[in-house]
Amino acid sequence: MNPSSFAYERASSVAEAISLLEQHGDGAKLIAGGHSLLPIMKLRLAEPERLIDIGRIAELQGVRVEGNELAVGALTTHHQVATDPAVQSASPLLADTASRVGDRQVRNRGTIGGALAHAYAVADYPAAILALEATLVARGPQGQRQIPAREFFVDFLTTALTPHEILTEIRIAALAAGQGWSYQKLANQASGYAIVGVAAIVILDANGACAEVRIGVTGTAAVAWRADAAEAALRGKALDADAIAAAARLVTEGIAPLDDLHGSAAYRLRVTEGLTRRAILEATERARARG
Amino acid sequence: MQYLREDLTLTGAHVGCETSQCGACTVLMDGQAVKSCTILAVQADGASVTTIEGLAPIGMLHPIQQAFWDEHGVQCGFCTPGMVLSTAALLADDADPSEATIRHGLEGNICRCTGYHNIVLAVQAAGKAIAAGAAPELVLNRDAALAR
Repeated sequence: MNPSSFAYERASSVAEAISLLEQHGDGAKLIAGGHSLLPIMKLRLAEPERLIDIGRIAELQGVRVEGNELAVGALTTHHQVATDPAVQSASPLLADTASRVGDRQVRNRGTIGGALAHAYAVADYPAAILALEATLVARGPQGQRQIPAREFFVDFLTTALTPHEILTEIRIAALAAGQGWSYQKLANQASGYAIVGVAAIVILDANGACAEVRIGVTGTAAVAWRADAAEAALRGKALDADAIAAAARLVTEGIAPLDDLHGSAAYRLRVTEGLTRRAILEATERARARG
Repeated sequence: MQYLREDLTLTGAHVGCETSQCGACTVLMDGQAVKSCTILAVQADGASVTTIEGLAPIGMLHPIQQAFWDEHGVQCGFCTPGMVLSTAALLADDADPSEATIRHGLEGNICRCTGYHNIVLAVQAAGKAIAAGAAPELVLNRDAALAR
């Protein structure tokens, strides 16, 4: 099906895009790679009156390293995130997650900023962004602000961005010695979306026990979350298989799972627990290997 | 996709799912495999777009097309243009891909006949043919091609 008719305008700077958003109000939507927006427009789940194309704004593109921090421009494609040497070395979790988004063609066009701003329940990035405690940088009429990952994902298809704000950059601290990572995913075979996706960062203390574990989960519920109870259960503990399995049982505490043709609620809960166990185990092994 | 098919009458990019899942509409945009169903024509303004029609001169088969023919990497043919163009992008990155690399690289192309086995063989054969210097070959007609 073709989308309903719409006006199209290309913005050449973030400032211009913000002023177009202010000018056109609720009927306007930003488009970049289009791989979140165009499919739902074709299904007529979204019928914006006007698209503001930010896809060619140079200041939103590419990856920078600033000291110990990685700054990924919102327009960086999944393929670029996955293959950029700076991302691979400073944040292998982000690079690995990007390499598993959708498929090759989707990764060539879709952007990290678009995927995050769309906040689809079964998107891959939210798990990694939460586990990495990334900072999301947004610019709007009132200037720039930084949104912690925990506050960014509000509800199904809903983020902390206000209607006239643009996500410009994702900032991530580089992985340090004694830290390990993992992303475990059960993918939908057609779309590649995460029916369940679990990202984990494990940080070892001087004795090799768990100083901190950070777990982000996507796909299972309407909105991605940090598994606080599971994380607390491992803090200060030896990371053996029993302790990890016990913590994984807490991962879905207080969560209302999705229940649809891609996976029943019970199935999603079961898979989430299993993938959490695997993610913590793999992240622990990697943390030990990194000393 | 609509612009390619209806305005330019290049109907090699097929209409499948229309929501960037099946890959039947795959084309090359500035050398990268993309799904034309999920790109506005205006977004492609200034880019170089290659559809299956432009992979080899009229009347000729590109070595990838020849390999799909030789290895019977085609059943109903609906997914084939997308498969061939994804293969072109895949082989540009890795001229001698492993089976795992091929299957991962073609994840975005769904074959409803599930003929993946021969498609993998075709990609491997195409890689070898291109590495050996194969160029597009003239196909006069089906009988002449079969006789070779």
